[in-house]
Amino acid sequence: MIIELGHFAVMLALVVALVQMALPAWGARIGDARLMQVAEPAALAQLVLLATAFLALTYAYITSDFSVENVWANSHSDKPLLYRISGVWGNHEGSMLLWVLMLALFGAAVALFGSNLPATLRANVLAVQAGIGVAFLVFIVFASNPFARIPVQPEGRGLNPVLQDPALAFHPPFLYAGYVGLSVAFAFAVAALIEGRTDAAWARWVRPWTLAAWMCLTLGVAMGSWWAYYELGWGGWWFWDPVENASFMPWLAATALLHSALVMEKREALKVWTILLAILAFSLSLVGTFLVRSGILTSVHAFAVDPRRGVFILAILVVLIGGALALYAWRAPQLRQGGLFAPISREGALVLNNVLLTVACATVFVGTLYPLALESLTGDKISVGPPYFNSTFGPLMVPLLLAMPFGPFLAWKRGDLLGATQRLLASALITLLALTVALALYWRGPWLAPFGIALGVWVVAGALGEWAARVKLFAAPARESAHRALGLPRAAYGAMLGHAGVGIAVVGMIATTAWQSEVVLAMKPGERGEIAGYTFTFRGATPGHGPNYQEQTGLLIVTRGGAPVTVLGPSKRLYEVPRQSTTEAAIHAFWSGDLYAVLGDELADGGFVVRVYFNPLVRLIWLGAIVMALGGTLSLSDRRLRIGAPRRARRAAVAAPAPAE
Amino acid sequence: MTAQWRMANGEWRMDFAGPAIRHSLLAIRHSAVVLLTLVIAFAPAHAVEPGEMLKDPALEARARKLSQELRCVVCQNQSIDDSNAPLAHDLRVIVRERLAAGDSDAQVLAFVEARYGEFVLLRPRLKPQTMLLWLAPLLLLGGAAIFLLRTRFRAIDAGREVAPLSPHEQRRLDDLLNTDGRSK
Repeated sequence: MIIELGHFAVMLALVVALVQMALPAWGARIGDARLMQVAEPAALAQLVLLATAFLALTYAYITSDFSVENVWANSHSDKPLLYRISGVWGNHEGSMLLWVLMLALFGAAVALFGSNLPATLRANVLAVQAGIGVAFLVFIVFASNPFARIPVQPEGRGLNPVLQDPALAFHPPFLYAGYVGLSVAFAFAVAALIEGRTDAAWARWVRPWTLAAWMCLTLGVAMGSWWAYYELGWGGWWFWDPVENASFMPWLAATALLHSALVMEKREALKVWTILLAILAFSLSLVGTFLVRSGILTSVHAFAVDPRRGVFILAILVVLIGGALALYAWRAPQLRQGGLFAPISREGALVLNNVLLTVACATVFVGTLYPLALESLTGDKISVGPPYFNSTFGPLMVPLLLAMPFGPFLAWKRGDLLGATQRLLASALITLLALTVALALYWRGPWLAPFGIALGVWVVAGALGEWAARVKLFAAPARESAHRALGLPRAAYGAMLGHAGVGIAVVGMIATTAWQSEVVLAMKPGERGEIAGYTFTFRGATPGHGPNYQEQTGLLIVTRGGAPVTVLGPSKRLYEVPRQSTTEAAIHAFWSGDLYAVLGDELADGGFVVRVYFNPLVRLIWLGAIVMALGGTLSLSDRRLRIGAPRRARRAAVAAPAPAE
Repeated sequence: MTAQWRMANGEWRMDFAGPAIRHSLLAIRHSAVVLLTLVIAFAPAHAVEPGEMLKDPALEARARKLSQELRCVVCQNQSIDDSNAPLAHDLRVIVRERLAAGDSDAQVLAFVEARYGEFVLLRPRLKPQTMLLWLAPLLLLGGAAIFLLRTRFRAIDAGREVAPLSPHEQRRLDDLLNTDGRSK
């Protein structure tokens, strides 16, 4: 009964979305306020309906209702409660339901918090949002029904054990919130094109939504990487896998969008570009969804064998992206360009940021899709792997990171590069110091690594230097500095933390990539090995069991200079349903890095393969992501974004034919 | 099949069948279940076995580096350094044999490529079909630079030049001036 209610709610949501798509847009066109006002209650109704549907499916999972095909295929009554819940989105149908629920959530948020938007803009934005909703609800209702019933089964088929993990339980919701959050920017862009005008106010309304989506993406991507790090068992944290790239491309585009919207808000420049970027960012989310869902990544042939869903999503892609780009091609030339600026200026720096981020994003895109395209065009099979991405994406990041600290020191319109350099002197000295220390410690090589570390330190020191300059640290009495520090807007702190987070993550990435050490040994109980100054003694492996798995746990005693340090218990698990094994690495975190142990195969002579890694500073990668997200939160909580948002009605009267400068 | 259960000393024990586990996990990785959650579900990866390693640390280091350039062709997007499929094991052994025989890095790669096709190289060779792939970043950067130089920075000398008024703006300016004149 509850299941049928959920099914019905999805269908009703489709009807509501159709109404929300048609009436407000028509109302905005003919200037009928009552038609436009339909959008708001419709958006809220969609949220209620889809939340009902989602809860209904969750209920089926919690109660292990194996008369529902989706539950039967993806759950098991032995699973802990957390993974029964996360199982809801651990499969195709359920994750699509989560996708539209997120969409409805953002739509309702625009309806609720968008009271300062002009009526027509709000109506058009919500109509475009509903249009996206219609596409995906049609997909769910006709090709991907999570509520399909089957004859009751005694037991479910279980969830893939590698997915039974706390980080992975929350990874998809964050990622989806990010993907779908970009739909708001997309809807704003399309609405602006429909209305044929954009201005600083538009950018100011779009920024908080983009920021929220960007934060969710940051956390979602970081969580996926963190999971890969400890679950896959060899300390890797990024693989340039197409599925990872699918989530990374929208992140790059969203980062670029955040910065170009800033130029548009402050200086009315880059309008046409910002609109395009907003369309592209969400398009990349859709492409990511298509890549992951259609099975095309496995192989072009797998896609051709069962193309029903893939073709459906491809059609959605073509209509949404193609439609938006066509609208753009038609309307964008009519948008007025504003705000002239010199190459060396805050705007110039942000343009550089956009060029590099967009080219980097395009490079990832080309690298991910090239093998697919080449194979379908010529039949040639090539591989584009990490070596390609490292040697193309990496060099693009170097100028970006080098330039990053300069941006905030340059004035709008026309900046003073020499002045900025002088004000960055202290940061440069710190960087030089870090470089010297790194070179002295690791003079044996790899010789590029210390420069990479210095680059990360430069970005962090630059962010701190900006703060120091703005509060006049040491240049003014301490009292005044403290007063200034309190007076700085939260958005300024947000930007600094965002930049510092990038630097922190870069240090972690370089350090662990360049200086990871590894020991692989066949060990019998009592034997010992050494890594990074630590001695570990293997004490054998003991069997044990958890709620739905059997395991073998190794015991490693770690000492340093004879003094006990820690005990590591890496294990390998065999899950009962489905019958699969996983490794559970044992990780001990020091300030200097992670000691990471994995239990390998049992050997014929009773010994075990034991792998121990030392990953220096690896945690900085995720710490950096957390700092970035924290910066986003601070920026989002800045009251200027909420209260100070300018009202267009007042501006429109004067702004229309204002000269460009 | 994945790992087997077997009876030993009166109790059920897991028998981890090494590469077999990995194969089945890879199959799952690319079955819909895992892909749908937008994660990469690599199987637990532990590739190089103690028995495979070369005695000479310098040679072994080269072997590890080369292993990261070669794809485990039966796996999805994994290098032979990351995979413990039987084929990856064979390839690792081949790489080490060639290195021990005195091959250069390029010769080893060419040797493996001759046997398994270009698909085995994770770094695609530069040739007409991959020209676009390798030049994409440069072309895009160049395109962006040309576009910027042509459109934005051309006539903009730090904003000193002011764009001429459009006829519409001129009319409005006249209107304002006229209104102003009348009111005084």
